[in-house]
Amino acid sequence: MGSQGGWGQSKEFLDLVKSIGEARSKAEEDRIVLNEIEMLKRRINEPDIPKKKMKEYIIRLVYVEMLGHDASFGYIHAVKMTHDDSLLLKRTGYLAVTLFLNEDHDLIILIVNTIQKDLKSDNYLVVCAALTAVCKLINEETIPAVLPQVVELLGHQKEAVRKKAIMALHRFYQRSPSSVTHLISNFRKRLCDNDPGVMGATLCPLFDLISADVDSYKDLVTSFVSILKQVAERRLPKSYDYHQMPAPFIQIRLLKILALLGSGDKQASEHMYTVLGDIFRKCDSSSNIGNAVLYECICCVSSIHPSPKLLDSAAEVTSRFLKSDNHNLKYLGIDALRRLMKVNPDIAEEHQLAVIDCLEDPDDTLKRKTFELLFKMTKSTNVEVIVDRMIDYMISINDNHYKTEIASRCVELAEQFAPSNHWFIQTMNKVFEHAGDLVNVKVAHNLMRLIAEGFGDDDEGTDNQLRSSAVESYLRILSEPKLPSMFLQVICWVLGEYGTADGKFSASYITGKLCDVAEAHPSDDIVKAYAVTAIMKICAFEIAAGRKVELLPECQSLIDELSASHSTDLQQRAYELQAVLGLDGHAVESIMPADASCEDIEVDKSLSFLNSYVQQSLEKGAQPYIPENERSGILNISNFRNQDQHESSAHGLRFEAYELPKPSITLRTPAPAPAVSSTELVPISEPTYPKETNQAAKLSTVTDTGATELKLRLEGVQKKWGKPTYSTPVPSTSSSNLKTTNGVNQLGQATLSSHSRDVSYDSKRPQAEISPEKQKLAASLFGGSSSKPDKKPQSTSHKTSRLGNPASEKPQVATASAATTELAPQKTAPVQTPPPDLLDLGEPTVGDTIPSIDPFKQLEGLLGPPDVSSSTNSGTVSVTQPPDLMALYGDSSLSGVSSSISNLVPTNLDSMNLVSSSSSAADHGGSKVALSASLKKGPNPQDSLEKDSLARQLGVTPSIQNPNLFRDLLG
Amino acid sequence: MIRAVMVMNTQGKPRLAKFYDFQPPEKQQELIRSVYGGFLCSRAENVSNFVQADAIFGPDTLMVYKHYATLYFVFVFDSSENELAMLDLIQVFVETLDKCFKNVCELDIVFNFSKMHTILDEIIFGGQVLETISAEVMKAVDEITKLEKASNAVTLVPKSVSGWQSR
Repeated sequence: MGSQGGWGQSKEFLDLVKSIGEARSKAEEDRIVLNEIEMLKRRINEPDIPKKKMKEYIIRLVYVEMLGHDASFGYIHAVKMTHDDSLLLKRTGYLAVTLFLNEDHDLIILIVNTIQKDLKSDNYLVVCAALTAVCKLINEETIPAVLPQVVELLGHQKEAVRKKAIMALHRFYQRSPSSVTHLISNFRKRLCDNDPGVMGATLCPLFDLISADVDSYKDLVTSFVSILKQVAERRLPKSYDYHQMPAPFIQIRLLKILALLGSGDKQASEHMYTVLGDIFRKCDSSSNIGNAVLYECICCVSSIHPSPKLLDSAAEVTSRFLKSDNHNLKYLGIDALRRLMKVNPDIAEEHQLAVIDCLEDPDDTLKRKTFELLFKMTKSTNVEVIVDRMIDYMISINDNHYKTEIASRCVELAEQFAPSNHWFIQTMNKVFEHAGDLVNVKVAHNLMRLIAEGFGDDDEGTDNQLRSSAVESYLRILSEPKLPSMFLQVICWVLGEYGTADGKFSASYITGKLCDVAEAHPSDDIVKAYAVTAIMKICAFEIAAGRKVELLPECQSLIDELSASHSTDLQQRAYELQAVLGLDGHAVESIMPADASCEDIEVDKSLSFLNSYVQQSLEKGAQPYIPENERSGILNISNFRNQDQHESSAHGLRFEAYELPKPSITLRTPAPAPAVSSTELVPISEPTYPKETNQAAKLSTVTDTGATELKLRLEGVQKKWGKPTYSTPVPSTSSSNLKTTNGVNQLGQATLSSHSRDVSYDSKRPQAEISPEKQKLAASLFGGSSSKPDKKPQSTSHKTSRLGNPASEKPQVATASAATTELAPQKTAPVQTPPPDLLDLGEPTVGDTIPSIDPFKQLEGLLGPPDVSSSTNSGTVSVTQPPDLMALYGDSSLSGVSSSISNLVPTNLDSMNLVSSSSSAADHGGSKVALSASLKKGPNPQDSLEKDSLARQLGVTPSIQNPNLFRDLLG
Repeated sequence: MIRAVMVMNTQGKPRLAKFYDFQPPEKQQELIRSVYGGFLCSRAENVSNFVQADAIFGPDTLMVYKHYATLYFVFVFDSSENELAMLDLIQVFVETLDKCFKNVCELDIVFNFSKMHTILDEIIFGGQVLETISAEVMKAVDEITKLEKASNAVTLVPKSVSGWQSR
């Protein structure tokens, strides 16, 4: 077949392609294509077009649409073509409709019937074509129309058809899981198909099913393991080899499935250890696909219950990936490192320089992956370096999407690990300046909340310090041009709340600045609103303090301008400001109390203050209020409306008759107007806070009384500041020390995580010929001792190595302790522990000075709950529950497999080795362990004979493609 | 799951586009353009073949591409697939094309893109990897070709016969 032979298109098409190819501009191309469309429109509607010609037109339509032009006028002809009897035309028709139509298109109704017919065709190619169309064109509503045929095809004699039928069923499952739930057993059945290709195809749906519900498939672990074993031992036909690897794609699928099944399940994982080890040993690491399998193995090993031996192999492969010159392998290496680090945090230390190389690599993909890794290994000691790097990178890229992501990561890290308030504010300023409006609104609100609430300490001094440093830095930043709107909002809010709080700046200075902001952004209503409200607050504070407020002329003109604004919101704010100015000190103080942004506003949802009014009205003969759900007539209508909406959203075929027209009454829920005077006009509403905080706040309000509400909210903040990966159940102690306990708890965790990591990065192997810059970076990233020439052997205890390296730690300790005394006030913690400073400042000091006592251990004893202790070994945290579960049906799992497989196997006795030995293994129930143990020993004549006889018993002729077996026999 | 397969030339002109989640034509164009303009054309030599594509295709998507002569082959997929294996799947696809067209070049693909779809349908089915053995794919495609020719002949023969008879 040459380029045009057999599939030949006409000269016209050739010319079209050529002229498009030669077009010099997009406009010229468009013109050519539009001409073509005009021509096709005319020609395609001519009567009696020869079919071959029609086919070409359809192909040209597809081509035109691929170039981005509308070809919908021809869809119907493509649909008609699917009805044709000729295979060529039918396939062309199906190809065109699968490319043109989506499953909800109106024309689908015309195809369903054809598909139904074709699925029953004698010609398996027609069936295949129909199955392809089924995958693309059948939606939830039409699934029942084809489902019986597709299920029938699972038993088709051609393996190509069986494969596609499985995939089609899988597609149905993806589209509407409920429609095929009763058919899921078919997937299990097909796993024993005698064609390895079909078995491989079955792994796709099983992967999806297992990721949705792991527990129901635990019984298949042994089957999957035995299949993987056989694949890895090259027991599949030679034709399944790809680049000398036995069926690598099947291996990868199986490894993915095993990773799911073995996650947090010790017993299941133990089944896998041998085969995983085998793959690590045998896998060819010179080919691309071999590395793909190895990488998948690492993923699997890091996901299942850890086995030290396998982790070693995984680490070895990872280091090979990282050292490779191939960027793809480096990429995988970084990802593997990230996965392994979850199990064993020590592992990153060994590869620090490789990681830094990747960070400086020109390859963006690699860089991003490395940032992901760094993000995971950030702790309080290296947060500054990492966040700085991230911000630098953020500034350098143009991709808004990634900018947003990296900005939010910076914020997250800064919130979690900030070494000092000053640094935190500075970092946030940078993020806002450069990522500007890309930052999530929540981040801005969080920042404001944080400044308002302080860092959870009781010491007002620290918080005030933070606030005045924020105010100062914002006043400085305001002089810069082109600040993003979001940042300006934060600035305005903070200036309004705290601009005059410390008395450093006069009210008129701050209001002047705020007026400048409002004037500089005439088109940004939100910023203006923030500015006006801020001015109002400043004025209110002044009035409340008993000082006379003289509005600056520019301020007055701003207010005048805003009171005539088109925005009602701005108008209202301007009028409110004017009203506030006219009030006396007492009134103002109750409207706008100073620094009260964190106080909870009590909303009287029952509107009890209206009771007397209601009573009066009732007495005067007014109708009593009928609650919404009792107004039955309206209820029905709203139901109709809902239904209607639902149906219109599920656009598609409707088989039932249309309903009667409904009265169009717009139902409105009476808005519960909370007529509570708000101290806060800036639109920061509770719901915008992160959910976590909200829940925490709610939770505590339940257990607590209103008096401590301010504190409770702080607790929400603390939670955010802790390490989210180790979530602790809040110990249910008495409400009074709830907060402290929580604080300590959080601290303890942070101590643990960063402490253990700190320590682990300290012992370094000497690295030859490294540039000093890199060394420095490595030192700051990984704990700071790599530059030291005298290395401790790795076996020495981490703590001693840390002590032996005081020089590199000193500055940190110094600043840390200084900061501790300066910032972190001692709390009345129930234990002698490091101060509950949420910034993680204290704990490096502790780790340094009293290394022999693990503060965390102490905490553990005091706090009691075992959840803490489990986190010492992060690997086992989630495991505690599952083993019990497994133990419950551990025994039954074997018999489960044997029954499920042996039930099926006898029906096809001529099955492959693959199936037979998995089923035989299961058949032999008790002796299975011994058998499999002997099987894995490799070429052993006796074993091979045994295997062979087993195979014969089951009526299997050993395949020729099994050289091993024959060598065994002859040898 | 594989989200999309795209083949485009080095100028960014699409040669094949298949989306396993339906995308309206305008969206398809936009995606192709952003894949080419956003990544491929500015991508340096000697870097990894993977690109995080979550900016274009939504969260958790990755793109792997391979450059052959004047063509880029791009697969977009999510985290349920193995990156390197996808790279090899491109290799399988291209190898098969190569066998089919005997030294495949861009022109073959332009003129026979329905055949290219046939081949792709044998390798990827509904977003899942169906077949990875190039020989098997070839076998299936050859069979289709043979039968298509046969069915064509069947429809053509009566016509010519009747034409001959009426003469």
